[in-house]
Amino acid sequence: MSILIDKNTKVITQGITGATGLFHAQGARDYGTQMVGGVTPGKGGTSIDGFPIFNTVEDAVKETGANASVIYVPPIGSADAIMEAVDAGIELVICITEGVPVLDMVKVNKYMQGRNSRLIGPNCPGVITPGECKIGIMPGYIHKPGPVGVVSRSGTLTYEAVWQLTTRDIGQTTCVGIGGDPVNGTSHLDTLKMFEADPATKAVIMIGEIGGDAEELAAAYVRDHMTKPVAAFIAGATAPAGKRMGHAGAIISGGKGDAASKKAFLTECGVSVADSPAEMAEALLKIWQP
Amino acid sequence: MNIHEYQAKAILRNFGVPVPDGHVVYNSNSARDWAKRLGDGPWAVKAQIHAGGRGKGGGVKIAKTADEVKQYARDMFGMTLVTHQTGPEGKTVKRVLVEKGSNIADEFYVSFLVDRATDKVTLMASAEGGVNIEEVAEKTPEKLFFEAVDPVVGLTAFQARKVAFKLGFALPQVKQAVPVLMNLYKAFVESDCSLLEINPLIKTAEGDLICLDAKLNFDDNALFRHHRIRDLRDYDEEDPMEIEAGQYDLSYIALDGNIGCMVNGAGLAMATMDIIQHYGASPANFLDVGGGATIERVTEAFKIILSDEKVEGILVNIFGGIMKCDVIATGVVEAAKQVGVTVPLVVRLEGTNVELGKKILAESGLDIVSADGMADAAEKIVKAVNG
Repeated sequence: MSILIDKNTKVITQGITGATGLFHAQGARDYGTQMVGGVTPGKGGTSIDGFPIFNTVEDAVKETGANASVIYVPPIGSADAIMEAVDAGIELVICITEGVPVLDMVKVNKYMQGRNSRLIGPNCPGVITPGECKIGIMPGYIHKPGPVGVVSRSGTLTYEAVWQLTTRDIGQTTCVGIGGDPVNGTSHLDTLKMFEADPATKAVIMIGEIGGDAEELAAAYVRDHMTKPVAAFIAGATAPAGKRMGHAGAIISGGKGDAASKKAFLTECGVSVADSPAEMAEALLKIWQP
Repeated sequence: MNIHEYQAKAILRNFGVPVPDGHVVYNSNSARDWAKRLGDGPWAVKAQIHAGGRGKGGGVKIAKTADEVKQYARDMFGMTLVTHQTGPEGKTVKRVLVEKGSNIADEFYVSFLVDRATDKVTLMASAEGGVNIEEVAEKTPEKLFFEAVDPVVGLTAFQARKVAFKLGFALPQVKQAVPVLMNLYKAFVESDCSLLEINPLIKTAEGDLICLDAKLNFDDNALFRHHRIRDLRDYDEEDPMEIEAGQYDLSYIALDGNIGCMVNGAGLAMATMDIIQHYGASPANFLDVGGGATIERVTEAFKIILSDEKVEGILVNIFGGIMKCDVIATGVVEAAKQVGVTVPLVVRLEGTNVELGKKILAESGLDIVSADGMADAAEKIVKAVNG
């Protein structure tokens, strides 16, 4: 078991003829993911490296039965690509693209209300269920199947956590990169709920950042509803206020969203908070044994 | 991206929002000339820097005569203005706004921003205008009013009316406030703002509503569709190294410490800064070389770090996903050869092509300490710098 994706997930790539899209479609296929085709308007009916190409997501779904889509379309067209996938009935839409305008995402989230799709991202590394399905840009080999769920706003920091687990011979159910933007599709809280409902997931590592209050909302859920142990790290303790730390969402504004207050609240809610990013796996092992 | 107050007011004027008549000047003579052209005094003379709290630092003056305007402007040009938002080093005044004065009867606060909790643009207003709104939010949150805006419909007249009545406006001001608020919302979305703040919105003795100050921040991700706004960027207001880094698509922010960092990924970059502090030192910068960095970009990143005189040691922390460790290693070696590394250098590589990367570093003949894992890397660089 896992969340979001497994060996039966059929994936199309939107923006497959771009260098990035093709590179990662190939990488995912090599990992064993069912990469069933791609979409590039105007190139429908052709193929690239064995991937059939369609003009629209609707066509691609009709022909391939895809139920997931991964988007590498540049920022100017990302919101449109997400909505096209949602309109075509794709259940899981993962937008990797970095640099999508915030107000585009405000519209996208409104558009998605009442529809049956879930969006992960944008500005995220994607989702992987080790050994079964990899959708996104993460290096596959650092993962291994096992009982820990990982959720994070950051890409490379997720790899760090995963690597700490894998080198201790602890595998992962699913690792979800929800993205570093202030307005995104799936939150820490949404992901924790899925991990809680997944029988295979026995424990969770949640990686947060400064800015916003998504980690606090997730922590309140841990306190009130979660039966599984959760460890966390919050990046950005040394970040100055008012400066955007790479991710558009990672900014302390109006004295809110700083690392110290987040850590304090998480601890209060029973989350095992790592003092250092090198101790994420250790923080989990303090409260849980595999 | 931030812009100056006079630029923000020009944008708002185009959206039909009432702002005082005024003009930006670059020397004190034209300050006096523009005061006369604007009509009778008094006038407001306002230093233009990208920071709030200017009044307390002497950056806002009211002049009764045109000669006073000139005098105040002369005092301001070249002065280093220190406010609670500039940091202790302050900012040098190079532009001054001369405006027609207003008879302030009452002050209010209005802003628009994207609320992350609701994923909606939200109007925030308070009758406590002209003061630090963060203090109001902390001490008297009941004095702040919010209206979340439906992105399809936009700010409606009834929402604007609700807020206007809550602010205590009489009917004539409510009638003015509705188009003002709706036009401010329009300016926010059509310019892709991340923050639009009017503090204060004033009611004059004559009963008119005017935006006396205006602050606009823009979503960097949306600047590709706002060329005119992009052209308003004032490079004098930014850190030269951050500008340099931006030219190479590097995300760089200067900090106060002495350990330079080069990392891939924003989260890991932040975490690397944190672990340096965890081991008792401070980072000199945030630097994310990104996922698809080339050897050239890595080389430039390394040069930027080395050009910072505060840097007494460098920590390279890479977890290669898309980023290949051999590319990083080659870039580091290349940069070190070009500029010479005179400070301790600790490199931690993990991920794609890690063995190849380590080999390139080992065979380079450079004095590089390699590390296993983040903790080991941080300990080693802190020890090398602090002794």
